[in-house]
Amino acid sequence: MSQFTFPSPPPSPEAEVLRTEIRAFLATELKDRAPIDRAQSWNGLDPAFSRRLGEQGWLGLTWPKAYGGQERSALERYVLLEELLAAGAPVGAHWIAERQSGPSLLRFGTEAQKAAILPRIAAGECFFCIGMSEPDSGSDLASVRTKAVREGDGWRVNGTKLWTTNATHCHYMILFCRTAPLDREHRHAGTSQFVVDLSLPGITIRPIRNLVGEHHFNEVVFEDVLLPEDALLGREGEGWAQVTGELAYERSGPERFLSSFWLLVELVRALQPVADARTEIALGRLGAQLITLRRMSRSVAGLLQAGADPALEAAMVKDLGALVEQEIPEIARDLVAEGPPTPQSRTFAEVLAYTTLHAPSFSLRGGTREILRGIIARGLGLR
Amino acid sequence: MMEAHTDLQADDAGAMLRETADRLLADRLTPQARARSAAGEWPDELWAALDEVGLPAAILPEEAGGFGVPVADALSLLTVAGSHALQLPLADTMLAGLVLARAGIEVPAGPLAVAQGCEARLDPAGRATGHAWGVPWGRHARAVVVLADGPGGPVLVALPQAALTVEPGADIAGDPSDTVRFEAVAAPSAPAPPSAACLRAAGAATRALMIAGALGAVSTMTAGYARERRQFGRAIGQFQAVQQNLAVLAGQAASAAAAAGLAAEAVAAWGPGLLPAVAAAKVRTGEAAGQAAAIAHQVHGAIGFTQEHRLHHYTRRLWAWRDAFGREAEWAQVLGRHLIAAGPDGLWPAITAA
Repeated sequence: MSQFTFPSPPPSPEAEVLRTEIRAFLATELKDRAPIDRAQSWNGLDPAFSRRLGEQGWLGLTWPKAYGGQERSALERYVLLEELLAAGAPVGAHWIAERQSGPSLLRFGTEAQKAAILPRIAAGECFFCIGMSEPDSGSDLASVRTKAVREGDGWRVNGTKLWTTNATHCHYMILFCRTAPLDREHRHAGTSQFVVDLSLPGITIRPIRNLVGEHHFNEVVFEDVLLPEDALLGREGEGWAQVTGELAYERSGPERFLSSFWLLVELVRALQPVADARTEIALGRLGAQLITLRRMSRSVAGLLQAGADPALEAAMVKDLGALVEQEIPEIARDLVAEGPPTPQSRTFAEVLAYTTLHAPSFSLRGGTREILRGIIARGLGLR
Repeated sequence: MMEAHTDLQADDAGAMLRETADRLLADRLTPQARARSAAGEWPDELWAALDEVGLPAAILPEEAGGFGVPVADALSLLTVAGSHALQLPLADTMLAGLVLARAGIEVPAGPLAVAQGCEARLDPAGRATGHAWGVPWGRHARAVVVLADGPGGPVLVALPQAALTVEPGADIAGDPSDTVRFEAVAAPSAPAPPSAACLRAAGAATRALMIAGALGAVSTMTAGYARERRQFGRAIGQFQAVQQNLAVLAGQAASAAAAAGLAAEAVAAWGPGLLPAVAAAKVRTGEAAGQAAAIAHQVHGAIGFTQEHRLHHYTRRLWAWRDAFGREAEWAQVLGRHLIAAGPDGLWPAITAA
C-alpha cells in the first residue's frame, strides 16, 4: 500500500450541538485562567476541573453507559477534546486515563476490571499513567527489561519505568513488561500488560525535572511488587499487540497539533488591529495547516467510529501535527519584534517562552518523529 | 484497514465515476497521446471518449444536461485527472459548466474555460469588450467564461469561441494558458456569483483537487521506484534516509488529499465558508506539491530528470497547478487576513468554521 486515505469525516450535527454546550461551559469555567496557564495545553493539571468534566458526563463520552459513559460517537468526543484544548483547559489529570487507558480496559479488561475502574475514570476521580519507557528502552519498546514473574496466585514485578508523566498524581499505571524471557527471533513475544495500583508496597516514584525545572516526568521503580492475578490486562504474552492497538487513540487526537495553539491566540492578539502582507501570509500558512490537520484528525475519529484500526493514519497526523506545533513559536518570533514592555507584550513574551521551551518534546512524546516515519515507511512496503 | 476505507467511500456515484475515469485514462492517455498533445495537437478522440462517458458534464444539474451527481463527488473526478497528470481541460470545463449552470446560463457543449484574470466591460446592449489572460486551454475552448463590469455590477459572461482573438501562451508545464481578446461581442451573461473571489476560489479548488490526485500517484510511483532500484547491493528504499523522505512524501500527499476534500465540499456548499476553506486547501496543496515534488525527484535521481521518464508529467503540472488561480502567497493572505480579523477570541471559531 502506498497511499493513505483519509475519508471525508462523516457529518455530525450532534457534535456541533455539543460544541456550543462546551464553549458555554468553558467560557464560565476558564474566565479567570491566565494566558500562561492556558499555554500549558494538556500539561495543565487540575483534578477538580477533571471532576467537573466528569459531572458533565464529558469523560468517557463514547463508552457504554454501564461503565459510566454516554455511548456517544467518536466525532462528538473529538469535538469535546478540541474545544478543551483550544481553550487551554487543564485536562492533564485525566487525559491519559480517558484517552487510552480506559479504551484499553474496554477492549481487553475483564468484567470485574471494567466495572471497578471505568466508572471512576468517567467521574474524573481515577487517573492513569503509561508504563512503557524504561532507562534503556525508549523508542525500542520491545527491549523492556521490567519483568513480571508468576508467583502463587499473582505476579512479582521488578524493574524501572521512566518518563512516566504525572505518576505522582495517578492511581494506576498500565504496565508493559516481560512475562517471558526475550526471544531474539520473536522480540515482541513474551510481553504483557498489567493494571497496577500505584499504592502497592514496593513502588517508589521519583520526580524528574524537565529542562524548565517543572515536575511532570517520573521514574517509577518496582522492587518485588506483588500483583494479584487479576492485575493482568488482556492475555499473557499479548502485550505487544495490545500496546500497538492503543496507538491509534494515542496519536491521532487534536492534542497532536494544538499543543502550541494558545501561542497562536496571543500572536493574533499581538497583531491587532492591522497586520502587513507578510504577517497575513505567515498566519494564513499556519491556519491552512491547522485546518487541514483538523480534517485529518476528524477523519481518523470517523475511522475509529467505523471500527477500523487507523494506526498508520494516526502516525501521520502526529508527524504532521508536531511539525506545525513546533513551527508556531518560530513563526511567532519572526512576526513580532520586541516591543516596549507593556503588559500585553509581556504576556506574549511569556507564552512564547513557554512554548519555545516545551516544543522539543512535541516530536518526542508518544513516538518520536523518526519512529513515526518508520511506521509510515513500513506502510509503504519499504521495510 | 483498506476494507474499512472502501466501505466508507463506497458512497456513491462518485466512486463509480472515479473508477470509470481511472480506467479510461489508464487505457487512453498513452505516451503517444501525451506527445501529440505536447506538440500542440488537440487530442480530439480522447476528449470525445471523456465526453462519451459523461465526465465533463457530471458536475451539472440534470436540468443543465448532467446526471445529478452531488457536486463534491463530481469534483472528486479531478483527483483522478490529477493522478494521471491529465493534460486536457476537464477541470476547466467542469468549472465553467458549474458556474454557468448556477448562473442560469446555458452550458455550451465541448471544452470550456474560466479565465484566471480579465479586464472586461459589458455595455447596456449586452456586448462584451476587453481581454482575459491565463485562460487554460483557451485556444480550444468553445466558450471562455469571464467576469465583466456590467451596467449594474459584475456579470458572468460566456464568450463564444468564434468571437475571440487568441494569443497563445503556456504555463510552466507547457500546457496552453492563453490570452483572449474580444470586441463588442454579444454573449450570454448573468449576474455574477457572489464575488470575483468566489469564482477564483472555485478555480483554485479544481487545482487543489488535481494536485492531491497527482501527489497520490507521485507517492505511489516514488515508493515503487525505491523498492526496485538497487544500489550498494540493496533496494534504495531499504536505507533509512530514503525511507524517512518517502514517509514525508506520503504525509504530504495525504495532507493534500484531506485539504482538497475540504475544498470540494466548500465549492459544493457554495456558502460563506467557501473562501477560507479553499484558501486553506490551495495553500496546503501548494506547499505539499513543492515538498513532494522535491522528494520525488531526489529519490528518482537522474532518470527522473529526463524527458523519457514520466515523473515530469506530474511534477511540472504540480508546479503549474500550484500557480493556477492563485499561488500560496495569494491564498495565505486571504486566510491570514480572515484569521487576524477574527481576533484572539474569534480565531478558534474561525478555524472550526473553515
